[in-house]
Amino acid sequence: MITTDAHSVVVAVPDASARRQDAATPALSIRSVSHCYGARRALIDVDFTVAPASFTALLGLNGAGKSTLFSLVTRLFGIQAGRIAIFGHDIGRAPGEALRLLGVVFQPRTLDLDLTVMQNLLYHAALHGIGRRDARSRSEEVLARIGLTDRASSKVRDLSGGQMRRLEIARALLHRPRLLLLDEPTVGLDIKVRADILGHVRQLVTEDGIGVLWATHLFDEIDPGDDLVILHEGQVLACGEVARVVAESGAHDVNSAFIRLTGARPGSSAP
Amino acid sequence: MSTTALDQTQRGFSAAAYVICLNGIVWREALRFLHQRERFVSALVRPLVWLFIFAAGFRQVLGISIIPPYETYILYEVYIAPGLMAMIQLFNGMQSSLSMVYDREMGNMRTLLVSPLPRWYLLLCKLLAGTAVSLLQVYAFLLIAWFWDIAPPPTGYLTVLPALILSGLMLGALGMLISSGIKQLENFAGVMNFVIFPMFFASSALYPLWRVQEGSPMLYYVCQFNPFTHAVELIRFALYGKMNWISLAVVGGCTAAFMIGAIFAYDPSRGLARRGPAGGET
Repeated sequence: MITTDAHSVVVAVPDASARRQDAATPALSIRSVSHCYGARRALIDVDFTVAPASFTALLGLNGAGKSTLFSLVTRLFGIQAGRIAIFGHDIGRAPGEALRLLGVVFQPRTLDLDLTVMQNLLYHAALHGIGRRDARSRSEEVLARIGLTDRASSKVRDLSGGQMRRLEIARALLHRPRLLLLDEPTVGLDIKVRADILGHVRQLVTEDGIGVLWATHLFDEIDPGDDLVILHEGQVLACGEVARVVAESGAHDVNSAFIRLTGARPGSSAP
Repeated sequence: MSTTALDQTQRGFSAAAYVICLNGIVWREALRFLHQRERFVSALVRPLVWLFIFAAGFRQVLGISIIPPYETYILYEVYIAPGLMAMIQLFNGMQSSLSMVYDREMGNMRTLLVSPLPRWYLLLCKLLAGTAVSLLQVYAFLLIAWFWDIAPPPTGYLTVLPALILSGLMLGALGMLISSGIKQLENFAGVMNFVIFPMFFASSALYPLWRVQEGSPMLYYVCQFNPFTHAVELIRFALYGKMNWISLAVVGGCTAAFMIGAIFAYDPSRGLARRGPAGGET
């Protein structure tokens, strides 16, 4: 279970001027982004923003282009067309400034299985220029927050799938980012662990003011108060508040709105 | 709130951030190496088999005349020791690249590549970390070899260090460049056949080049163009407190060329982007 210590502030709260700037600047701005693999077009003129301190669900079937989009935002791939900015920092022109504000949880596990929980956190901290002493205290804070303090010396390969995911989220927060990307983080997890992780991330939005982009193909992970982007075959079919997207599509819930917009078959989750 | 070397209110990165990052990557590489004890053992067994068995068998067949940097007749074991040191670094460089392919397939590589520090610097750190690991192996080999009467001048253990660093960087950069072109781990077996073995055997590691020239002038020229030959000669000369300037120039030049190639290949707008997402991702 994910525990929350009210006294341990993991993510730095920006000062007043930074908050004013945040309010005016989107956490993530994606403008007219297209991407091809050879002749195959993976993304076509994708355009949306993620506001600071908001939860935005990126909903799409497998193959919609979600992971490609994440690879572009994290600069694993170069941008072929369009512009991506994190709090106003262009990822192509000022990648260092942009990436330091970004935390990311990729779809595949990216932990080092041969190292311990603490060693994985310290390694990540070093990659962000955080000194050993500060890194250790931050690591202890995040481990307490996700309830893994007693597993600090365990090898990662000995953790359960849910614990690994929580550790990845904790690691992504170690350098105190203001935007968090999660690429289908609940895939392969049971219902309870999924709910725990989702609840933890929503808490980061409300309590720490982090902007979150949550890629998923599961309808039940989306709340009415969220922002929603529907990505299908590389194109954004709808974006905005969930209620607005549902209303504009003439449907009564996210599930049926998605089916109307994409023509996908009904079900509790996208196939 | 405590500040970090990457303070969010500042632009750019402090020198401390670069040092912390380098330390972190070297530390992680060393930890991985120590956790994989069989890797350490096999890295030592390989050259020791050549030294104890191959060299013992061939010492009566292959006579070594007096050639620089040696000032007298030497045993065959003494001759091949620098070649075996370079061999350790060659295998280590390829092992590092294997680990990069593995990390890329497993996703660990992304942790490194999404660091806010410049990508060229991250790759350089990775290279330095791999070289540091190879130095541990080479000095462990030299220690064991000392008991086998392979004892260069005491100062040689120190003077060879810069040569080992440079050759380690060259072979690591070559491995990194190769890893950028390998799509799947299974393809790595080809590297053994098409890179490691040809580089090792077509060099001065096992026999002096004048002997090769007597046997095959064509092979002699191939050996001359092989950067591994120059890594071996650079180490051989440095181990006896001497400098082979041609080898230094070749190894230095190749290090720069391989490194630039690797940075180019790992550039997001060129290398990785062509491949598309990993299997299962969309």
